[in-house]
Amino acid sequence: MSLEFEKPILELEGKIAELRHVTSDNRVNIASEITRMQAKADKLLVQTYGKLTPAQKVQVARHQERPHFLDYINYIIEDFTPLAGDRNFAEDHALIGGLGRFKGEPCVIIGHEKGHDTESRVYHNFGMARPEGYRKSQRLMKMAQQFQLPVITLVDTAGAYPGVGAEERGQSEAIAKSIETCLRTEVPIISVIIGEGGSGGAIAIAVADRIYMLEHSIYSVISPEGCASILWRNGAHAEEAATALKLTAQDLHRLGIIDDIIDEPIGGAHRRKEETMENVSRQIEKALNELIPWDRSSLIQNRRSKFIAQGRNL
Amino acid sequence: MNWLTNLIRPRIRSLVEPKDVPDNLWQKCAGCEGMLFHRDLLENMNVCYHCGHHLRISVKDRLEMMFDNGAYDKIDLPDVPHDPLKFKDRRKYADRIKDSRAKTGLKDAITIAKGTMGGIPVVIAAFNFSFMGGSMGAAVGEAILKAAEEAVKSRAALITVPASGGARMQEGMLSLVQMPRSIIAVEMVKDAGLPYVVLLTDPTTGGVSASFAMVGDIHIAEPGSMIGFAGRRVIEETVRETLPDDFQTAEYLLEHGIVDMVVKRQELKDTITNVLSMLMKKPQPEKKAKNGNGNGKKSGKGGNPKTNGKAPPASGEKASIDMEKDVQAARALGQVKAAQKAARRISKPPQKSAAKKASNS
Repeated sequence: MSLEFEKPILELEGKIAELRHVTSDNRVNIASEITRMQAKADKLLVQTYGKLTPAQKVQVARHQERPHFLDYINYIIEDFTPLAGDRNFAEDHALIGGLGRFKGEPCVIIGHEKGHDTESRVYHNFGMARPEGYRKSQRLMKMAQQFQLPVITLVDTAGAYPGVGAEERGQSEAIAKSIETCLRTEVPIISVIIGEGGSGGAIAIAVADRIYMLEHSIYSVISPEGCASILWRNGAHAEEAATALKLTAQDLHRLGIIDDIIDEPIGGAHRRKEETMENVSRQIEKALNELIPWDRSSLIQNRRSKFIAQGRNL
Repeated sequence: MNWLTNLIRPRIRSLVEPKDVPDNLWQKCAGCEGMLFHRDLLENMNVCYHCGHHLRISVKDRLEMMFDNGAYDKIDLPDVPHDPLKFKDRRKYADRIKDSRAKTGLKDAITIAKGTMGGIPVVIAAFNFSFMGGSMGAAVGEAILKAAEEAVKSRAALITVPASGGARMQEGMLSLVQMPRSIIAVEMVKDAGLPYVVLLTDPTTGGVSASFAMVGDIHIAEPGSMIGFAGRRVIEETVRETLPDDFQTAEYLLEHGIVDMVVKRQELKDTITNVLSMLMKKPQPEKKAKNGNGNGKKSGKGGNPKTNGKAPPASGEKASIDMEKDVQAARALGQVKAAQKAARRISKPPQKSAAKKASNS
């Protein structure tokens, strides 16, 4: 998948690759040309990513090659032990959770998985969780509290699944209770928006002591498309809606909704996955070191005060 | 200058403010298309006296209907930053707010008030759907926090009455965070050991239904109310099938175990008062609720379905089947008394609305 605004860069990179190919074939020395073009491509990448519009960030945040939940699990978590099911109805493959070790210390980790190809995307329901997912999340948070393990949540969803079964089984209740559980869990909770933070389905697991966003991730009350079709009565206005909604990490940091922004490599997380995950890992480690010494009641009190203060001093 | 404020201003106000008298003396019921005379309708708490359809009701009428003698103290809404995103779609959000304020005479989509119900202190936070679809932004979240604080301070029960399409998009993420903020409000009430009752009214959807509206100790819904997370259209587009007529109705939620009961408007006050009196260990309230403004009079006009003071089963047929099972189980256990009791329940004729539904299907 290539993004429209990345086309000039990709074309240049294509040419460079071709030239390299030629070089190795004919042993013609055009190294200086390659260097020149590479420098141009790099510059273009820096320029483009330095001034992404909100609508472009929406595309980057949804990029299929972006590191997803399971990539993080493989890269930053050891001994991941997925724990399935809400003990009532079903297992939800869109919202995964379990035990694992982060930097050697046991923790509970929960997050949305969108999948990386057609088959896995269908399996993970495109990262759109049903009530069972949110109930499993509640179960795991309660367990985290019981055993005093910190909780890490990675958010990447277009939203909670809008389906008949989801409504029948109380999607609203599951999300509401999930938020309530976040607020009551007396262990540190760290949330990172790694891609798309879509509305209630996202905030259900993102009521945390520290909330971070990757540089080009988004977090919004409604998708720009949905907002445009309601307020402009025309989905074609999604670009304007993306700007108006103030859904970028930079805007939300300014508005005090998130605590910090985690840098992405130049050209976005999808270009250098490991570097991105390394950055996320470093930020989580820092936050945990800070929060682990806190006693239980001040954690809860601070979490509440943090949200109560949101939006009050703008 | 007194004459200016005392005489002229009210006159100007009366010209500008919305009047209590409806434009049309007659209106059509959305449920049965029967004609309804405004005064009769008002007397019947905005419930159709032909078919029992619950029409939407203003916050003012709602509060008068709930509080003892229709008397209550309105609590001022806390001030919040105004339009922090400087949001503009086809129109400016600031202008939309101004219009809604002019149209409704309210500051935002919620009214909070305190008073008593059957002598029990309560704080009520009621939504006004006509103010931007009852959407929840910072003002609403802040008001719910205020209502909770007030409840804790005066050892009162908290009752919320959502009627909302969900979060207020024009406030972006600042509206989404009202979900945890409103739940924090509820937590304060629960921490204080006070009851929190949600009265779900038409409609309760999106971020409102997925937050404070679904964490009540008791969930009561008005008949026929639309309650759900995703909108019907969104679901239809996602699953590409037509949804049943009763999808996301109060009765459907009752069947699926999401609300405790569906209660007719005329019985709401008694039901809530009774529940609160038990939860708060207060003396048993008198059976008949008193309403000061006369709205609460049970008119008994044509075809008002008879009730037994309990939540009606959503589907008469299914309920009887379930009860049949109860009877069998009870008999099997030799609990003759329980069997007789269950049998008595069955012998009661099914509710009118349920019977209608059964004949349709």
